[in-house]
Amino acid sequence: MSSVISEIKKDFIYNLLIKGERIDGRKFDQYREISIERDVIRKAEGSALVKLGSSQVLVGVKMQPGEPFQDSPNRGVIITNAELVPLASPSFEPGPPNEVGIELARLVDRGVRESKAVDLEALCIEPGKKVWIVFIDVHILDDCGNILDAASLGAISALLCTKVPASHKGHSHSHDRD
Amino acid sequence: MIAMDENDISFFKDGLRLDGRRADELRPVKIEVGILARADGSCYIEMGGNKVIAAVYGPREVHPRHLQEVTRAIVRYRYNMASFSVEERKRPGPDRRSYELSKVSREALEPVILTSFFPRSVIDVFVEVLQADAGTRTAGINAAAVALADAGIPMKSMISSCAAGKVGDTIVLDPMKEEDNFGQADLPIAMTPNGDITLMQMDGNLTPVEFGQAVTMAMKGAKDIYELQRRALVAKYSQISTDSAREEVHLCE
Repeated sequence: MSSVISEIKKDFIYNLLIKGERIDGRKFDQYREISIERDVIRKAEGSALVKLGSSQVLVGVKMQPGEPFQDSPNRGVIITNAELVPLASPSFEPGPPNEVGIELARLVDRGVRESKAVDLEALCIEPGKKVWIVFIDVHILDDCGNILDAASLGAISALLCTKVPASHKGHSHSHDRD
Repeated sequence: MIAMDENDISFFKDGLRLDGRRADELRPVKIEVGILARADGSCYIEMGGNKVIAAVYGPREVHPRHLQEVTRAIVRYRYNMASFSVEERKRPGPDRRSYELSKVSREALEPVILTSFFPRSVIDVFVEVLQADAGTRTAGINAAAVALADAGIPMKSMISSCAAGKVGDTIVLDPMKEEDNFGQADLPIAMTPNGDITLMQMDGNLTPVEFGQAVTMAMKGAKDIYELQRRALVAKYSQISTDSAREEVHLCE
């Protein structure tokens, strides 16, 4: 991502790195402080606000019944979307997701999917006809670097506190949380 | 929505509203200033169940260039709802409603911004609704006005916004979701602390007398919100220490 940085600051950062130091005093393998606040959005089925240093990412999970894919009639569907909203960085622009946003959403999606964190078969309501569709919406609020890790942490944290709105949407048989 | 006659529901119980408020009472308001590191100015506001965040960038270069004005800065306002902010997931991206709200909100703030100080530039205001619970445009305008001040944009005054409505034949301040959905009228306004109105919209029906009552009530609400906005800004800027000034240098990039 393009961002402007002064030559003198760049030199300063490089020179520190040569000495094995970073501008905020961290070690090379040290994360910034991570904080996760869950269930921050009442209207969502699950949500998490992740702060990674000054970076802030809000992830909301919504669920609604819908049709399964033809090749997996008894499995729920995960749809991941990322919004790099322009309030998060001077380089983000309004409009449909660009390549950075799409890459981010796909990476988060792959992490959730391949880790098998969500039991998709448990999200089947009626095989071939109706399954739960899980929308993972990633909202970047403040981009101070490494929004990918923050988004992935947020996605998993939000899923962990997601409650299937079964009775609310008229499918009263119980579903366990994953 | 459930087919329901507005007369079927009682909006009052023992003289109080469904959430326990009096007719002329605001929902709880929480304002935090400067919560984003990248933005030049920012504000997070909670008004009842509404959770809204506003960021201001600028004055900065205008892209695309043909939008720039020779004598003043242009103001852009983008109202956007997060897809998880409402009961039914909203498809991401702007719709007709958000275009309208962006336009009227911009027009509510523009009169107090001293745009002539910054010719050929743009002041961008971005408002994200994280949770919606009736009255997101007023919450957005309140947050945006504080964010503009936080960004150091010269303004003639603050702007505060509040709605009044009519439910069960009674004029009420700051309608909540149920009152908004099943009520008889909704009237959001925005104004300066001296009472100059910069936004007024209305939905539903009011008699001339009720209209007067509603405007008076909404103005009273906006005035109370102004106090809270002012307090939030003073709270932030009265406690800036040398510490936080030093921190800012390394905060980002």
